[in-house]
Amino acid sequence: MSETMPQAPQKKLVISDKVMIEMKDVHKWYGQFHVLKNINLTVKQGERIVLCGPSGSGKSTTIRCINRLEEHQQGQIIVDGTELTSDVKNIEMIRREVGMVFQHFNLFPHLTVLENCVLAPIWVRKMPRKEAEELGMHYLKRVKIPEQAKKYPGQLSGGQQQRVAIARSLCMKPKIMLFDEPTSALDPEMVKEVLDTMVSLAEDGMTMMCVTHEMGFAKLVSNRVIFMDRGEIIEQNNPHDFFDHPQNERTKLFLSQILHH
Amino acid sequence: METKTTFTPHPELPPPANTVGAVGWLRANLFSSPANSLLTLFALYLLWLLLPPALEWLLFKATWSGTTRADCAPGGACWVFIKMRFGQFMYGFFPEPERWRVNLAWILAVLGILPLLGKRNPLRLPAAVFMLFVYPLIAFVLFSGGFGLAPVETSQWGGLMLTLVIAVVGIAGALPGGILLALGRRSKMPVIKTICVTFIEFWRGVPLITVLFMSSVMLPLFLPEGMSFDKLLRALIGVILFQSAYMAEVVRGGLQAIPKGQYEAADALGLSYPKAMGLVILPQALKLVIPGIVNTLIALFKDTSLVIIIGLFDLLNSIHAATVDPNWLGMSTEGYVFAALMFWLFCFGMSQYSQWLERRLHTGHKR
Repeated sequence: MSETMPQAPQKKLVISDKVMIEMKDVHKWYGQFHVLKNINLTVKQGERIVLCGPSGSGKSTTIRCINRLEEHQQGQIIVDGTELTSDVKNIEMIRREVGMVFQHFNLFPHLTVLENCVLAPIWVRKMPRKEAEELGMHYLKRVKIPEQAKKYPGQLSGGQQQRVAIARSLCMKPKIMLFDEPTSALDPEMVKEVLDTMVSLAEDGMTMMCVTHEMGFAKLVSNRVIFMDRGEIIEQNNPHDFFDHPQNERTKLFLSQILHH
Repeated sequence: METKTTFTPHPELPPPANTVGAVGWLRANLFSSPANSLLTLFALYLLWLLLPPALEWLLFKATWSGTTRADCAPGGACWVFIKMRFGQFMYGFFPEPERWRVNLAWILAVLGILPLLGKRNPLRLPAAVFMLFVYPLIAFVLFSGGFGLAPVETSQWGGLMLTLVIAVVGIAGALPGGILLALGRRSKMPVIKTICVTFIEFWRGVPLITVLFMSSVMLPLFLPEGMSFDKLLRALIGVILFQSAYMAEVVRGGLQAIPKGQYEAADALGLSYPKAMGLVILPQALKLVIPGIVNTLIALFKDTSLVIIIGLFDLLNSIHAATVDPNWLGMSTEGYVFAALMFWLFCFGMSQYSQWLERRLHTGHKR
């Protein structure tokens, strides 16, 4: 665990009062199954939130509701001042401002790394190709793989692919980044390079929500850890108190299971 | 005591001599087991039985020069028949002085398609625009006349020209039609989905011959008095509707093979539905089902010969008509061998192109 521990953020992190994400009494069902129960959550600009919990607890579903990859059936979700409804224009507008990184990267295998990065800026933001390619190279440098720009995703390692996926999201200049278990599908030796990239994003003040099992990352980078179980938020606290003084019995059990195995 | 072990890689050795070169290839492919050796010998025996008489008839004892039935020597093929009737096989009843128009149309088509087949080049976009929007109009004028060209009725079209017209129009209509139907069938909107499912299941459920019969015999009965459609146009519409239903199911197979993550990634970037489909999903899905698409296109190409039953003179029907000419009786074998060769050339060409395309579009491992 200690080798994969990223460096602590160097800069002072600023959290403003501006609310970026607001979830009010959100409920969701898959058929008869009640997956999200009364989720209430406010995320301010510059916050770095880690969601953890056992599998099937609804963490991924929660962040997937924020860019409407999943539809909530009750309650309100407001992202950057716009409420998510079934209005397609609204959804597309919110998705432009919310970047997402997936467990399995989901790069487009028929396009080169650079083409993956410039696709959305060109077709969604209507940016000229040349400008988009400069932007793409800028973010590929940022994730430290500009030399792979002309390769196809299938030719890269998992860690490199995930960094390309992060660069692809950043090319849309999102206000919020969602991470859905970004390191779970990686070989252990590649986890660090992805976490380092995420730490440097946090240093730049990006608003982030991250579903992860990397508790080292949670301790170092997050300002709030949320623990979910069976579709409910059980406990949320700053990482220091969350790990050292968990309040709920369920949280204590979960932490004891993942920290002393 | 502390022992240190260092890792020294084993040196790389050449492979055993009998696994490389021509001998290695023979051993691996033709004589790898007793059963395989027997099959190889049996295949050689079959070739020895069949090939010499076939070559004798086709080439060595064949008649190549002459002008009439009387010049044909016995015991071999009489290619004089093909030579004398070649114009009819290529153009049908298209008036002889106007046949340059057909040639010009094909030359333009080849010139327009060439830049599209190759790798990325600056001519691609203009060529695509030309082939999609300008060429169909030019070809239509060249074939049917107008703008100073003598009019030629579609009933005079025939031979390979007609076969290609039906095949090309059929492909150009069925491919986009099939893609739209496949997307519609996977739509979340129940009305669109139901329409597409009904359409596909209806057209897949009837034989093409029935469709052609209906278009030529039944449809005119339902049309109001005095209104008539061109027979070829009706056949073309029938072929397009029929083949797009098949194409739709092939494309749907490709769409289903694309992982959900690709749809989600496209959505999460803010791409609208048409852009997500056109830029992310379809390029991958269509690439996956190239073998199936080409399969359908080859079947379409060969099915064009079914227009024989509504009295259109495509390549096969032109040849058939020539073989019943009293001046050339007994030439049906030559005629049908020629027909088979022509069909094979085009189908083999499509197959080769598709395999080349698959190799070119291969971009390494998935995900």
